[in-house]
Amino acid sequence: MDLIERHPILDFSHGEKVSFSFDGRDMEGFEGEPIAMALHANGVRIYRKTPEMRRPRGFFCAIGKCSSCFMVVDGVPNVRTCVTPLKSGMKVETQNGRGRVNLFAEEAS
Amino acid sequence: MNAPRSFESGVLTEERPGAVMPPQDRWREHKGGLVIVECPQRIPCNPCNTSCPTGAIMPFADINDVPQIDYAKCTGCALCVAKCPGLACFVADLTFGDGLALMKLPYEMLPSPAKGDRVECLGRAGENVCLGRVENVTEPLRDRTRVVHVSVPADKVNDVRAIRVV
Amino acid sequence: MEEIRTDVLVVGGGPAGLSAAAEAASAGADVLIAEGDLHLGGQLVKQSHKFFGSKDEFAGTRGFEIARLLRDEIAQCGDHVKIMLNTTVSGYYPDEKLVTAMVGEEEYVHISPKKIVLASGAQERLIPFPNNDLPGVYGAGAVQTLMNVYGVTPGKRVLMIGAGNIGLIVSYQLLQAGVEVAAILEAMPRIGGYWVHAAKVRRLGVPILLRHSISRAIGGDVVTGAMVCELDEKFAPVGEPQKVDCDTICLAVGLTPSNELLWQAGCKMKYVPFLCGHVPFRDKNMRTSNSDIWMAGDVCGIEEASAAMIEGRIAGMSAAASLGFKVSSENFEGCHARLHNLRAGEVGEKIRIGVSGVTVDGWEANV
Repeated sequence: MDLIERHPILDFSHGEKVSFSFDGRDMEGFEGEPIAMALHANGVRIYRKTPEMRRPRGFFCAIGKCSSCFMVVDGVPNVRTCVTPLKSGMKVETQNGRGRVNLFAEEAS
Repeated sequence: MNAPRSFESGVLTEERPGAVMPPQDRWREHKGGLVIVECPQRIPCNPCNTSCPTGAIMPFADINDVPQIDYAKCTGCALCVAKCPGLACFVADLTFGDGLALMKLPYEMLPSPAKGDRVECLGRAGENVCLGRVENVTEPLRDRTRVVHVSVPADKVNDVRAIRVV
Repeated sequence: MEEIRTDVLVVGGGPAGLSAAAEAASAGADVLIAEGDLHLGGQLVKQSHKFFGSKDEFAGTRGFEIARLLRDEIAQCGDHVKIMLNTTVSGYYPDEKLVTAMVGEEEYVHISPKKIVLASGAQERLIPFPNNDLPGVYGAGAVQTLMNVYGVTPGKRVLMIGAGNIGLIVSYQLLQAGVEVAAILEAMPRIGGYWVHAAKVRRLGVPILLRHSISRAIGGDVVTGAMVCELDEKFAPVGEPQKVDCDTICLAVGLTPSNELLWQAGCKMKYVPFLCGHVPFRDKNMRTSNSDIWMAGDVCGIEEASAAMIEGRIAGMSAAASLGFKVSSENFEGCHARLHNLRAGEVGEKIRIGVSGVTVDGWEANV
């Protein structure tokens, strides 16, 4: 992970290291820290593709206000990954276009 | 891309009274050095005054005032160097000897300097002014702002404002 | 649906909100803080530099330490303060005086407060240039979050757009994190931030290019560079643009108040350029035209954290007083005096003018 090892002013106390998947790839991150930060530390820059122009979008405001980092997390679309804490085993996916909610997902499973 | 060496782009030079230098007579003789304050803009800030143990940085009538210094009271203790949020206080001790001056500079970067290190001494626009030797490193307020004591050629005290540890 | 009742709802757990909550709770009110992020402290948690101001505003103390002090103060209030994190207040229904909030991404709650202090802060501005949506173009606050809160390297080489205080401070913090800053671009003929902040980065070799701007970001799927151009007196590009290699373009081009809830609540608003957006009219105790709603901090005009903390204290005390809790008039006067002093200098001039244009003597009893 691309982490700051030493800092003149700050100490970083990370949570427990956990595994998650991004588009099927296994990655590691820290539990309780936002998904977007874990992805960035793993070198992922593209979080979604816009509906019309298919433009890549990534991290932008990091405070849950801009919608740039919407992704599909455990099947739920439009998740603000910059303010959603990472959990072990999470399935994180690039969001292609508009998020689709499967209203019958629970019944089907 | 060459950035201009202008006051308007953050180089607080002699174009305007940016650097308030101590009076020469007292400065030449005073062991421990005297403070140089480069804080020419009226901003709401006064920790240099509140951290000064001797009252050398005089009380502010208005918190927006620029610091006024009573050099007769300055001991060169460098507490203001460690406290100033703008890193705008420096101490220069001209009594170090051998044609050298001892500068006490704020430092909040890595790598950490150690006594005896040779460091690059930088000017107000980041230019390499000279080499210096680290004589001591202190952390007066235990808040990770270190004060690095560096010996430099005495004629460079008007130019050296930072160090780079290489 | 769960409905949560409280005397005072504080929206936003940054410097303004925490100060408001601490005052209201210590006066005796029950307070609920709804904070969208995963921790209290707002933008203070990512500020590794020491603050300006006076001792009362923790001058000389690093921002993240100030956040800790405020959290300690909240902890002292015990059961009077309840905290909901990762909770985004999304709606205000004036007729029912009901607030809706989203907990996480899927759970909604209703909050029924007697009074509200809105301290929802601000959001990053964007400037137009081709490819400004490419991954790698980040808000300055986001870069700070990555590197100062979570210890993630934001990039290897950053081009900073804007030489206001945020652009200057974040550039310094990038250097502390071991990241190279290619240059700081500023469209104006002078830096906008404090001279001492500029001096800090200049003496470490970072160029500040005045009258320069970004003409486009370069890259296919992610940023690999930027074209930079010089500007004339009318801000039109002159000469050949130059290429700057960088993997991150950091935008520090200003903030604008996050005022959505104020609009929803029907507060009387005005566009004030000096306060960087639409802001509500207020009385001197930070009450809006809606007699149930106070506000504090950047949501009522972009300023800085020291002023936000004082405004928060005033709003918190005033909201508590309106519910019959006793607050000392000395405390009020002290806060007003401190706020006045902070804004008294040249750098406070725009704020003074902006605020005076939206401050009313008092609200009629029926509004």
